[in-house]
Order: sequence, then C-alpha cells, then structure tokens
Amino acid sequence: MSANHAHAEGGTRLYMTVWVSLLVMTAIEVFLAYMQLPTGPMLIILMGLSLIKAALIIAYFMHLRFERFSLFLTLVPMWIVVICLLFVFFPDSFRLHELRFPPVP
Amino acid sequence: MDTAGVEEVGASVWEGGSPPYAIPSKKLGMWLFIVSDAITFAGLLIAYSYLRVASADWPKPFHFYPSIIVASVMTFCLLTSSITMVMAVAAAKQGKVSSTLKWLGWTMAGGFAFILLHANEWRGLIAEGLRPFTNPWGTPAGSTPLFGATFFALTGLHMTHVTIGVIMLGVLAAGHKSGRYPADYVEIGGLYWHFVDLVWMFIFPLVYLMSATVGH
Repeated sequence: MSANHAHAEGGTRLYMTVWVSLLVMTAIEVFLAYMQLPTGPMLIILMGLSLIKAALIIAYFMHLRFERFSLFLTLVPMWIVVICLLFVFFPDSFRLHELRFPPVP
Repeated sequence: MDTAGVEEVGASVWEGGSPPYAIPSKKLGMWLFIVSDAITFAGLLIAYSYLRVASADWPKPFHFYPSIIVASVMTFCLLTSSITMVMAVAAAKQGKVSSTLKWLGWTMAGGFAFILLHANEWRGLIAEGLRPFTNPWGTPAGSTPLFGATFFALTGLHMTHVTIGVIMLGVLAAGHKSGRYPADYVEIGGLYWHFVDLVWMFIFPLVYLMSATVGH
C-alpha cells in the first residue's frame, strides 16, 4: 500500500492523463451522437465508455485504487447487486409499450 | 493516506481493535453516503429508461447545435473542476493553504459555470413548452407525457447536488483558511465533488446524447 501511496501523492502527471482520457472519451461520445448511430449500438458504446469513465474517476480522482481493498469490497459489489435488482422489473417496459400502443394487425 | 491517527487507535484489540479500512470515520461516512446516493441516481436513470422504452415516440429535443454543444461544454466544466479539485486536495495535503484556496476557487468556478449553463438550458426548454407532465413533442399526442417529469427530476436533482457542492466548497475553503478544517476535510469534500461529476457521466449520454438530433 505504501508504494501505491507514494505513487498517488506524486501523481500530477497520472491525474492529468486521467483527465485527458476522460475528455477524449467524452469527445468520442459527442462525435457518435453527431454520427446518429442506430439506438442499439449507440447505447452499448455510450454505456461502455461511461462505465470506463466512471471507473477512472472512482479509481484515481476518488482514490479508491489507493485505499484498502476491503473498502472496495464493502462498497462496490453490494452496489452492483442493488443496481441489478433495480433492473429486475425493466422488461416490463416492453410489455407496457405493447399494451399502450398495440401493433396494428 | 491518513493512517497516522489510525495506528494509535489500533494499537491493541483491547483498545477498540484495528479499523478495517484504515480511513477516518468521516471518510467512510462520505463513501457510504455516495453509494446510497449513487443508487438514488441509478433508480432515476432506470426510471427514465423504462419510460423511454414504454413510449412510442420519445422526444429528441436536443439539437446538436446548440444543445449538445452546450451540454458538452457543461461536461468539460465539470471534468475540469474535478481535476482542479484533485489539485486542491494535493495542495492541502502538502499544507499549502493559499494554493488550496486557489484550486478550490477554480473548482467552484467550474461548478458555477455548469449551473449557469444548465439553468439557461432549462429556461430555453420551458420557453419551448416543456412541463413536468406535458410537452410540445411526441406523436401520437400524449404518448410521452413523462419526458418532462423524468428530465426535470434527473437533471434537477443533479443540479441541486452541484449547487450544494459549490456551497460546500465555499464553506470548506473558508474553514481551511481559518485552520478549522484540516486537509482530510478537503479530501472528503473532494469525494463528494467527484461523485457529482461521476453522475453527470451517465446523465450526459443517456439523456442528452441519446436524444440528439442533427440537422433541421
């Protein structure tokens, strides 16, 4: 941990690299919006990039990478489980769409 | 990391044991708040997506120019305020008070610019006729009444977080200047600020980029 710690303290270049990569990924996202990709691929690429950006912010800006692993284990897995549980009822939205706007025979 | 005080406390199991995370209790408190707040925002984003899927013609009111460009500038403001926050924490850890205050000032400026641009965007959309339970877009008529509700709830809650963050940074800067708040407090405040940035990394693509129109 102490080696990581020293790395974190002297890491202005590291933080600038993270910042620039966040900006580059944002620029890619905006470019994709300009290209008007189909909804499916667009959603997958955008969410993929957003997850990478979130991971970078949590790991480096919020320092989680340099904390004890037990903190990560306490916070992140339970958060992911709760998010998955929130998605449990999501397929119902497709059914709701069919009910509200029945396909014309 | 702030283990100096922790070592003393954890000297013996009989004196309270060793803290499992080796961080100050306030920092752990902030982390737990952040996780619960992240679940709140996740719930709102999932509600937004749910209603979008369940609607026939979800509006795409964000023209590439100016809406998406302005939202991109807002994203730039938040991302940049995050790196200045990192600088403020680093300066505070090194005991450089004036440098810490300078970086906190830049962070607040970034947040303030975000709020101004966002409020102006709300003003434009309201002028176009967007309300929580009705909007001027969507066919068949009335198929997307909840666009405004989800949009205002999501971005409104986020804007509230940014506003609270800017106020918190001001209080933090004043307290740090007077010596009341040590570097640890700046770091814990920074955690909150980065979280606000983090949430925007999901609102921006899901609400804005997925509803962008080019041309017309």
